Amino acid sequence: MKITLDWLREHLDGTYGVDDVVATLNRIGHEVEGVENPAEKLAGFRVAKVLTAEKHPQADKLQVLTIDTGDGAAPLTVVCGAPNARAGMIGVLGLPGAVVPANGIELKVAAVRGVESNGMMCSSRELELGDDHDGIIELPADAPIGTPFADYSGAGDPVVDISITPNRQDCMGVRGIARDLAAAGLGALKPLDVPTIIGEGAPATEIATLDPEACPAFFGRTISGVTNGTAPEWMRRRLEAVGQRSISALVDISNYVMFDLGRPSHIYDRAKLSGALVARRARDGETVTALNGKDYTLTDTMTVIADDNEVHDIAGIMGGEHSGCSETTTEVLIEVAYFAPERIALTGQALGLSSDARSRFERGVDPAFLDDATAIVTQHILNICGGQPSTVTRAGTPPAEVRTIDYDPALSATLGGIAIAPERQQEILSALGFSVTEQGGRWQVAVPSWRRDMDAAPDVVEEVTRITGFDAIASVALPRTDGVAKPTATPEQLTERRLRRAATSSGFHEAVTWSFISEAEAAPFGGGAWSLANPISEDLKVMRPSLLPGLLAAAARNQNRGADSIRLFEIGRRYLSEAEHPTLAILMAGYKSARGWQAGKAAPFDAFDAKAAALALLDAAGAPADRLQVMEAVAEGSIWHPGQSATLRLGPKAVLAEFGALHPALTRAFDVDGPVMAVQIFLDAIPAKRASGPARAAFTPPALQAVRRDFAFLAPTSLTAAELVRAVRGADKAAIVGARLFDRFVGQGVPEGQVSLAVEVELQPVDKSFTDAELKAIADKVVAAAAKVGAVLRG
Amino acid sequence: MMSDIQAVQARLVDDINAASDLDTLEALRVAALGKAGSITALLKTLGGMSPEERQAQGPRIHALRESVTTAIASRKAALDAAALDVKLAAEAIDMTLPAADTPRGSVHPVSQVMDELAEIFADMGFAVATGPEIEDDWHNFTALNIPETHPARAMHDTFYFPDANADGQKMLLRTHTSPVQIRTMMTQEPPIRIIAPGRVYRSDSDATHTPMFHQVEGLVIDRGIHMGHLKWTLETFLKAYFERDDIVLRLRPSYFPFTEPSAEVDVGYKQEKGRRIVGGNGDDEGHAWMELLGSGMVNRRVIANCGLDPDEWQGFAFGVGVDRLAMLKYGMDDLRAFFDGDLRWLSHYGFNALNVPTLSGGISA
Repeated sequence: MKITLDWLREHLDGTYGVDDVVATLNRIGHEVEGVENPAEKLAGFRVAKVLTAEKHPQADKLQVLTIDTGDGAAPLTVVCGAPNARAGMIGVLGLPGAVVPANGIELKVAAVRGVESNGMMCSSRELELGDDHDGIIELPADAPIGTPFADYSGAGDPVVDISITPNRQDCMGVRGIARDLAAAGLGALKPLDVPTIIGEGAPATEIATLDPEACPAFFGRTISGVTNGTAPEWMRRRLEAVGQRSISALVDISNYVMFDLGRPSHIYDRAKLSGALVARRARDGETVTALNGKDYTLTDTMTVIADDNEVHDIAGIMGGEHSGCSETTTEVLIEVAYFAPERIALTGQALGLSSDARSRFERGVDPAFLDDATAIVTQHILNICGGQPSTVTRAGTPPAEVRTIDYDPALSATLGGIAIAPERQQEILSALGFSVTEQGGRWQVAVPSWRRDMDAAPDVVEEVTRITGFDAIASVALPRTDGVAKPTATPEQLTERRLRRAATSSGFHEAVTWSFISEAEAAPFGGGAWSLANPISEDLKVMRPSLLPGLLAAAARNQNRGADSIRLFEIGRRYLSEAEHPTLAILMAGYKSARGWQAGKAAPFDAFDAKAAALALLDAAGAPADRLQVMEAVAEGSIWHPGQSATLRLGPKAVLAEFGALHPALTRAFDVDGPVMAVQIFLDAIPAKRASGPARAAFTPPALQAVRRDFAFLAPTSLTAAELVRAVRGADKAAIVGARLFDRFVGQGVPEGQVSLAVEVELQPVDKSFTDAELKAIADKVVAAAAKVGAVLRG
Repeated sequence: MMSDIQAVQARLVDDINAASDLDTLEALRVAALGKAGSITALLKTLGGMSPEERQAQGPRIHALRESVTTAIASRKAALDAAALDVKLAAEAIDMTLPAADTPRGSVHPVSQVMDELAEIFADMGFAVATGPEIEDDWHNFTALNIPETHPARAMHDTFYFPDANADGQKMLLRTHTSPVQIRTMMTQEPPIRIIAPGRVYRSDSDATHTPMFHQVEGLVIDRGIHMGHLKWTLETFLKAYFERDDIVLRLRPSYFPFTEPSAEVDVGYKQEKGRRIVGGNGDDEGHAWMELLGSGMVNRRVIANCGLDPDEWQGFAFGVGVDRLAMLKYGMDDLRAFFDGDLRWLSHYGFNALNVPTLSGGISA
C-alpha cells in the first residue's frame, strides 16, 4: 500500500515530515518497505523561459537558445535540438550538475558544434514523466519562472510504501493509516467530510441481492447526464504516485475512493445493462471477460453481479469489460456492496485472480460504511462529471452489529509486558475508534466497525501496547529451575548427533541436499511416494525415497569441478508413503587414497570400505554390532551391484543398513564416474539401548592367557566366510571365545571351484591351562564343525 | 708367573679392544676362553697346584678371566652399537617426504548451528522437539488460526500434494516449524519449553530464498508468561549465540495469525568490510536494524485448538531462520551454496567433528 505525504495531509493535520511518518509507522506495526522522494530525482531542474531562439550556425537541426532562469542573472545559452523550442515558451531547464532521471547522465557545460551549452531543456521522457520525446516540455504561460520543477509539478510529493499486515484492512486506505498515526500522536485526524446528496427518483435500474450469504448488502444509485473525461490533475497525480494508472474520470474516482478510504466500489455504464442488476450465484460454466481482458469460467460457488443477459462483475473481485465506463458513457450505476470475506477469498483463489478490490473485500471492509461511501463516490462524480443522481437503493443489510470485547486493563502488563495506566489505555483506544465502558474493574471494549480483526482481549492488549511502543517492554528472565540444566536430547537426537560426529571423524563431509528430487532420480529407488502438485521445477518434484540421489548429484557436481576423492554423507529423512524415516547415507567415489611414494597407485574405494563405514557407524549408534548378520541379496533390479552389496540385519526382517558398490547403470545415470560405494543406515530400525545406569559390569579379566590356533580349510566357493566362521565359533562354546578369518586364497594349489580359507581361533582356558589332549579334542570339534558346512581341513 | 699373567692380560685386552669386527672378537674369545683357550688352560693348572699355590694363583687367574670376559663383552657392545649405527645410517629416509593423508570430514554449518541452539536452549530448560515435514493442512494452518480463506495463507507460498489424509486434510510441505507447537501442546502437559528445529519449504527461489530452508521454533507455555519474558529469552539466546553482550533488539508490532500480540524482532548491526556484524544499537551512528525473527504471545485460539485452557495457560512463540543465523555468525553470503554439497564449500565452512558446542568449552567452534 502506497501513500503520499500530500494525500496523508488530506486526513491528518500536523507538522510532521516524511521521516516522522516513516518512524511512527514502523513503531506502531506498519512496516515501511520504502520511501520514494521524486523531489530528489528532479533536483537541479527548474521552470525557465526561452527568451530567444536562433538557428545554430553550424547545424541545421539545432537552435541556440537564451534562457531566463528566473534568478535575475544574465540569460544562459543553451543548445537545443527540439523542434518545438521557440522564443517565449516556458519549459524545464536542467542545470549543470543535475542528473537526467531517464538515463542517469549528469549535465555539464559543454560545447555543442562550437557553441557553449549551459544546460538542457528537457522532454517528458527525459524526466520520466511520460513517453513524449517529440519535443521539450511546454508549461503554461503563468508557470513561475525559477521555481524548482519538483515543486511546480507536484511530483515532489514523497511516496511511502507500507506493508499492511493482512489483519488491517482498515489501513488499506489513506484514512485508516492517518487514524493510526493520529492515535500514535503524530497529528490530529480531520473529520471525514460526508456530503449530503439529494437524489431524485428511484435508480433507473432495479437492484437486488439474490445471494444474501455472499452479498448481504448491495447499495446503488444511478446518475444520468455524466461526462466521462479525464479526472482532475490532483486526482490523477495522486493515483499515479501510488502506482495506479489514470484511465478515465469515472474509473479514477472509484479507484481514488478505494485508495483514500479503503472502500472499493464499481461504476457500470448503465447503457450496457439490460433489466435489473442483481447479485446472484454464478451458473456453472458461465463466463465473463473481466476488465483485465481475460476470460474467466465461473462455478456455482462464486457470486456475480449480473443483469438479464450476462455477468457484469465477478463480485468483489473484478468488473466485466463489457459494462466498463468509456468516453461515451453518459449514465452510470454505482455499486457499493458488502461481500462475505471468506467467499471472496475462495473465489479469488479458485480463479487465481488478484485485484485491489479482492484484497480489501477478503480482509473485510467496513460494513457500516456503505451509505457514506455511496455519497462520497457520488459527490466526486457530480463534481467532476456532472449529472443528476437518483436516490439510493439499499438491497439487503450489511452485518454491522457492534461487537464488544471483555477486557481487563491489567492484561497490558500480564500479557503485553507493559504496564500502561488505565486512563492512557482508554485514551489510545478512543483515538483508534474504540469505546470503553467500565464494569467493576473490567472493561467492555466496543470494537469500531472497521476493525474486523479484533477478536479477543489480547487484540486489545496489542492495540494499547503497539501505540505505546514495544520499546517499553522490559526484559524479564524466565524462571530457572533449580540446579544444573537437565539434559534435553531424546535418544534419537543423541544417536543422530553421535553418528554425525562419527562420520565426520572418519573423513566424511556432511552435505544437506534437497528433500525433493526429480521423478527420474527417484525412479531407481522405487519412485517417490509423494509428488508435489505445484513443484517449483521438475527437478524438485517428488519427495526423496532415499538420500542417495541427492548425494549422487552432489558427487557429479564435485567431479565436474575436478574432485577426485569424494566422501559425503547426509543425515535426513526419507519420505515413504506411510512415514518419514530418519536415515544416514554415505557416498564414496573416486580415490580412497591418492597415488603416493609409499602406496604407489591411487587406490579406489571398494565395497569393504562401505562395509567398514557401516559397521563403525552402527557401533557408534549403539547397535549390537556383534549380533549383526551380513545378508546378501538386496532385491533384484536394485540400485546395488548384484555381487558386491549386502544388508546388515538383526534377524531376517530388521534391516539396519545396506552397503556396497552401487550399480554401474545407476551411477552412469547420475553422471558419476567410476565405481561408487554407498551405505544407507536406517536410524529408526536401530533398537533402542536399554537404559542401565552409568555403572559398568565388574571387570573380570581371565586369569589365564588365551591360546590361538590356526586352521586352513578348503571349501566350495559358495561357502561364505560368515558361515564358516559361525560354524567354527560354535564348535565348542565353552572354550572358543573368538574366530577370525585371516586368509582367503583362490588359485594355484586350490582345486577349481574351491577356496582356501584360514581361520584363527581363540581359546580361553578357565581354571587351568589346556592339556594337549584337550587341545586336540577342541581342534577335532572345529574340524568336524567346519566339515558340516563343507569345509575340509587342508592337509 | 705373575708377570706372565699380567702380560697375557695386557696383550689379550689390547687385542680385544683392537678387534675390528665380531668375527675377530669371537676368535679371540675362543683363543682365550674356549676349550683349548689360553685362560682355560691356565684355569686347568689350578687343579695341579698345592693349596698354598692355588691360594696365591687362583684369584689372579680368575681375575684374568674376569677382565678378559668383561673386555670381550664391552667390545662386543661397542661393535654392536657401531653396527647398529651403520645399519640405521643406511635406513635414513628423507623425512620431508609427504605422509599419507588422513581424510578430514566436516559437519555442515546448519547442523553445527542446530547443535549450538540445542546447547544454549538446554541451559534455559528448553527441550528439542520434532515433527513431520509432510504435514496436513490442519496442523500447518487451521490449528494455527489460519483458516483456508485467510489472506495470510497467500504469504506462505505453500507446496501442496494432491493427497489428503484419513481425515480429509490436504497434505502439504510444512511452511514453518510452527506445526510442531501444535503437536507438542496436544501431547504434552504444560509447562512447556521447547525448540523445534528443522526443514521447512516455500515455493520461492531467488538469490536470497531457496525452496527448502531451516527454521527453529521456540515455544513456552506456562502461567504468567508475557512479552517481557519473550524479549529476555530472545536477548539471552542471541547474546549466547553470537557471543556478544552488546546485542540490542528492537521489537516492532506485527501480525501473525497464531500470536497476539505479535512482534517482528530486529537486531542492530554494523556493516564492516561488506559483512553484517551483529551487535550494537541499530539507531547508533554507523549502525542499522535488520529483521531477524518473528514472535509473539501464542494466540488464545491456538491454545484452545490444542485442548488447553487459554485462561490458565499462556506463553510465547518465535521462529527464526537457522541458515540465516549461520550466515550472520559465520559469514556465508549465498544461501544456495548450503544445499549444493560442494566439497570445497563444506571444507571451508564446515566444522571439525570434535568441535562440539558445549557451555564449558564455548558455543562457537
